[in-house]
Amino acid sequence: MSELKTGGQIIWESLIHEGVEVVFGLPGGTILPTYDDLYKYNYPVHHVLVTHEQGAAHMADGYARATGRVGVCMATSGPGATNLVTGLATAFMDSTPVVAITGQVPKTLLGRDGFQEADIRAISMPVTKHNYLITDIRDLPAALKEAFYIARTGRPGPVLVDITKCVQQDSMEFTYPATVNLPGYRPNRLTPDAAVIDRVARLLNEAQRPVIVAGQGVSMAKAEVELRQLAEKANIPVATSLLGVGTFPATHPLSLSWGGMHGEAYCNYALQECDVMFAIGARLDDRLTGAFSTFAPKARIIHVDLDPAEMGKNLTIDTPVVGDALLTLRALLPQVEPNEHPAWLGQISEWRSDTTERDILAQETDELVAPYVMRQLWHATNQGDCTVVTDVGQHQMWEAQYFYHTKPRSLLTSGGLGTMGYALPAAIGAQMGRPQEEMWVIAGDGGFQMTMPELSTVMQERLPIKIAIINNGYLGMVRQWQDVFYNKRYVGTPLFNPDFVKVAEAYGIPGRAVTRKEDVFDAIRQAQNTAGPFLLDFQVEEFTNVYPMVAPGKSNADMIRRGRPVEN
Amino acid sequence: MTATQTKSHTIIAWLEDKPGVLNRVTGLFSRRNFNIESLTVGHSEVKGISRMTFVARGDERDLQQVETQLDKLINVVHIADVSQEPTVVREMALIKVATSGQTRGEIMQLVSIYHASVVDVDMTSLIIQIVAPEDRVDSLIKLLDNYGIEEMVRTGQVAMVRGSSRHGHSHSAATVAANGNGNGHHA
Ligand SMILES: Cc1ncc(C[n+]2csc(CCOP(=O)(O)OP(=O)(O)O)c2C)c(N)n1
Ligand SMILES: [Mg+2]
Repeated sequence: MSELKTGGQIIWESLIHEGVEVVFGLPGGTILPTYDDLYKYNYPVHHVLVTHEQGAAHMADGYARATGRVGVCMATSGPGATNLVTGLATAFMDSTPVVAITGQVPKTLLGRDGFQEADIRAISMPVTKHNYLITDIRDLPAALKEAFYIARTGRPGPVLVDITKCVQQDSMEFTYPATVNLPGYRPNRLTPDAAVIDRVARLLNEAQRPVIVAGQGVSMAKAEVELRQLAEKANIPVATSLLGVGTFPATHPLSLSWGGMHGEAYCNYALQECDVMFAIGARLDDRLTGAFSTFAPKARIIHVDLDPAEMGKNLTIDTPVVGDALLTLRALLPQVEPNEHPAWLGQISEWRSDTTERDILAQETDELVAPYVMRQLWHATNQGDCTVVTDVGQHQMWEAQYFYHTKPRSLLTSGGLGTMGYALPAAIGAQMGRPQEEMWVIAGDGGFQMTMPELSTVMQERLPIKIAIINNGYLGMVRQWQDVFYNKRYVGTPLFNPDFVKVAEAYGIPGRAVTRKEDVFDAIRQAQNTAGPFLLDFQVEEFTNVYPMVAPGKSNADMIRRGRPVEN
Repeated sequence: MTATQTKSHTIIAWLEDKPGVLNRVTGLFSRRNFNIESLTVGHSEVKGISRMTFVARGDERDLQQVETQLDKLINVVHIADVSQEPTVVREMALIKVATSGQTRGEIMQLVSIYHASVVDVDMTSLIIQIVAPEDRVDSLIKLLDNYGIEEMVRTGQVAMVRGSSRHGHSHSAATVAANGNGNGHHA
């Protein structure tokens, strides 16, 4: 008879089986047996203590997005578990593979409203791909195996495993299952039928004004090379979604940058005017499309996604293609004919020159504006050779507009849920997963303060993360809506900020405030040349807005544009 | 956009009999704003697999969303829209009707016309049981309402495709249960 293992031991051994190197968490009463087993095991997995469980979930998410591997977080029952929820919802909306392990009150106390009981399985149900409540140790190994399998396969997503304290203390003989038993789950990597591929090829070959829309699914399938081959072979311009930034080099002549509410104007014009749209690995949500009924009105839309539920969810699709992005592109490439599309590409470059004219960097001003910071950062990082993790707000849009991303997974951002406070903890996770990568946080003065205490985690783990706060004194994006839609009534948006450089200092992190354009590059260099973390407080002009802008519920054709420099 | 037509669809789903599975299904229905007219769940012929019949109303997009989103739930093994197939669809109702010496005979006549049955009798009321397609249940209830319905319970509809099983879902579910390894997801 082999030796008995406790539930806690089984958790750690299962994580090791899954290749987990790091877990982000914070202990409490109902998860303590598992933490104690970590001690007994001589720390087989590195545990990163966080300051708030939301941070743990974002760290697991950032780790997963940066590496493509499953990120793991851990919390105690009740408030520990509920604190994870924002991070789980963030991961769910952006299809990030995360496994969350939570302690739960002992089985005998379940349903008694005892201390720190919260039904996290029910609470997390709508924001996880799947979840478990384990009340019997015999169910534990299979649940852990399945959790990792479900999180990383098919369309990835977060999975939560809630484990009662008594299960962690119980013991049994343990072997990690070799297979999973999930009759209702078929995450096969599908190649679409030949007839469907034929139809797609024909549509693309006959198109006069084709456009590709590439999303994060392309990177998940590691199909960036094939995407580029398709675009170049038939001279089809490529737009991305916000999460798709980096799947196609933004500096490529065929790049349309990204589209939607704050997308480039020439991109939105191209999306509105195209006659065939080939959307791949993008879920075409309302931030990209504007009002659904007005999106790409002249286009026959081909939608490639491995999730059948995305087909026709928001738009009327001409050709739905349920399939893996890589396998679909490989099947399609030989059938797509070389093409030039000179008139169409000419039209697009005309639109593009109009955009250039309205570029905020073309405006004559001595004031420090955020887009200038983004462009300087791009130059200073050897034209974007780094990973940027952005928070949510104006700075997030400017970063995506003015920092040209050319590498896959080089922009990590909360696109679907739009979670303020995401950037710093996600960057911690990303840096843990990719220790050699130059890691930049770009956060607003509002969002940064939501998870600012994780600066202690940065120091605890000695991570060389560089932090750029875009300090405009406002919840800027909301202030912009108030400016445009509420007649400049700035209710609840002016911020009372601390001195961020002093805050950093308190954590032992050096920093520098920047108020003038001419100091930006030098300050970035100083951050780069400092070993370890560094914080830059960019005190920018307060009332600059992000353009173009599409009002919520309106058509992308009705963009609010920045005035031309001469008219300004 | 093409004009959208809303129709009722009868859909069968086979679910793994796991804790919380109904919670997942109903949570999905409400979260995604699906319009569900009736829903029943019970055992299927395979141990560990429950069978749910539900009637959903919506246009083509709604129905496609109901099916694909539901199918995405890990514990949903299989799903089939049987609206276009020859099916036996039945609902059961228990109806307690107030009676007097005068009305009892009339009610008994209705019961026999509708092939329903009387399952309990006392001096002032009857419990009537009917198993029939939904419209026949509706129509009996409407008639009985004239006498005063004291209590009523309906099960919602269950459905089964006529003839030998072409779907094969019961078979695949059986195979799953038999070899215990689903589609053999070797991770
Ligand atoms: C957790 C959370 N609360 C509220 C919002 C709504 N919201 C979107 S952008 C924004 C302003 C963000 O301000 P700041 O972090 O200073 O960034 P800025 O827009 O000024 O660049 C707010 C409040 C949100 N996205 N997330
Ligand atoms: Mg701000």
